[in-house]
Amino acid sequence: MDAFCIDMSLNEENKKTIIISAISIATFVILWEFVSVFIVKDSLYLPSFHSVFYAFLERLTSAEIYIDALISFRHFFTGGISAILIGIPIGIIMGWYQNVFRFFNPIIEILRPIPPLAWIPFAIIWLKLTHEAAGMIIFIGMVFPIIVNTYTGFRNIPKIYVEAAKVLGCTKDFDLIRHVAIPAASPMILSGIRVAMGTGWMCLVSAEMFGVSDAGIGYSLWHFYSLHRMELVVLYMFVLGFMGLLIDVLFRFVIEKNLLKWQKGTVI
Amino acid sequence: MKKAEIQNITKIFVSKDDRKSEVLALDNISFDLAEGDFVSILGPSGCGKTTLLRIIAGLEKQTSGNIIINGKISNEPGPKKGMVFQEYSLFPWKNVIDNVSFGLKMQGMKKEDAYKKASKYIEMVGLGEFKYSYPNELSGGMKQRVAIARALANEPDIILMDEPFGALDAQTRNKLQNELLNIWKNQKLTVVFVTHSVDEAVYLSDKIIVLSARPGKIVKEIPITIPKPRTRTGNEENEIRDEVLRLLNHEKYLADASQLSGE
Repeated sequence: MDAFCIDMSLNEENKKTIIISAISIATFVILWEFVSVFIVKDSLYLPSFHSVFYAFLERLTSAEIYIDALISFRHFFTGGISAILIGIPIGIIMGWYQNVFRFFNPIIEILRPIPPLAWIPFAIIWLKLTHEAAGMIIFIGMVFPIIVNTYTGFRNIPKIYVEAAKVLGCTKDFDLIRHVAIPAASPMILSGIRVAMGTGWMCLVSAEMFGVSDAGIGYSLWHFYSLHRMELVVLYMFVLGFMGLLIDVLFRFVIEKNLLKWQKGTVI
Repeated sequence: MKKAEIQNITKIFVSKDDRKSEVLALDNISFDLAEGDFVSILGPSGCGKTTLLRIIAGLEKQTSGNIIINGKISNEPGPKKGMVFQEYSLFPWKNVIDNVSFGLKMQGMKKEDAYKKASKYIEMVGLGEFKYSYPNELSGGMKQRVAIARALANEPDIILMDEPFGALDAQTRNKLQNELLNIWKNQKLTVVFVTHSVDEAVYLSDKIIVLSARPGKIVKEIPITIPKPRTRTGNEENEIRDEVLRLLNHEKYLADASQLSGE
């Protein structure tokens, strides 16, 4: 009977959440539509909800938006994968060898605060107007949080795991890193990648906007602005938001279901 | 032949900030273990008993002296010196069987063989049903059982135990002591056991080594010949317990006195 009550109340809570969320979104849309149609009355300043919605329906059937999305994903993954491939090994050796940390840390602390977008001139000069140039900006945005989280994770590994491994015969640095340090630090490393993906996504629009590339969601958004098609600008803003959300949800799903299952209580 | 010799171990801690301030932690500790010996180390807190065990394991460097196992100097950590820690030391990202077979795989044993051997030791500590559980699904007592199985799986020459039951409740503790004694008897283990519980030391050991307060020196070696399993409150047991407690109280008194007089 008790369990039944708890079940009921949980369902009730869920229902409440869904209903209030729906009301929230509806209020937002109605308010937006009302303000734009009756108060602002200028689609340059605030395109109405219905114009954005029509633009969405219209664009849905054209290839352009999908190409833009694919190109943006390409920029994002070019930068992201290179940031992971370069950032994690650097973070690992920094976290394991104190002297490597001492050597790299000053360089990293000097370069890290430079906003990734400040690298755009060099991205263009080094890589010309290519997808790789856009990728480089995302790389810069992502590599530092990955390095910092990796070495922080390494430096915070409970000593007991390393000692336990040593007395079991795992005494070489390479083996200790591979079998103990990386798994022990993996929650921290993965949360670094997740934070970095957020930063990388923020850099995407600007990397494409400043002409480093000639396609992509960010590029097209800027292009629509120059045409003053503000309803398309708003549409692309939402597309960026949803793509970012999708990437984060997918990443979390894959990680929590697979790599970090040992952290949860119910694994069997 | 002597299984293990602890030869003249001295440890001086040098303060990192002030190189001149040195603390003598262990002062010329020597004792031997024959095959199948169960030796407990007792002493007031801060006497360096854990440091001594860590030096034997090779996890800490002695200032002078040697650890000799089977006639060979063995100052580095390795699979022939198994250790069970006081803290929970299982790898939380590995399930029970992967924890227990870790040392075997590290020595190049094939996964299949390692699993077979690991299973034997998991059964031995009574956790056959939990092979595929993760450490966070186990109780404290079960975790320490796995830790013991993990140390045993390597079939080390000597097992070092650093208050392995210190974090457990009294009932679990008694139960694990009995299980440990069974395994010790069947496997002919050579054990160095650090504890702060006099009862535990008297119940388990063939020899108790009582250390003094800092610097840790051997005050007395007390052999116990009462056959095992022992009773926890037998007359002979009580006599030994009284003697050990007297020694420890005296040591504590000396330590407090030296602290009062400003060292």
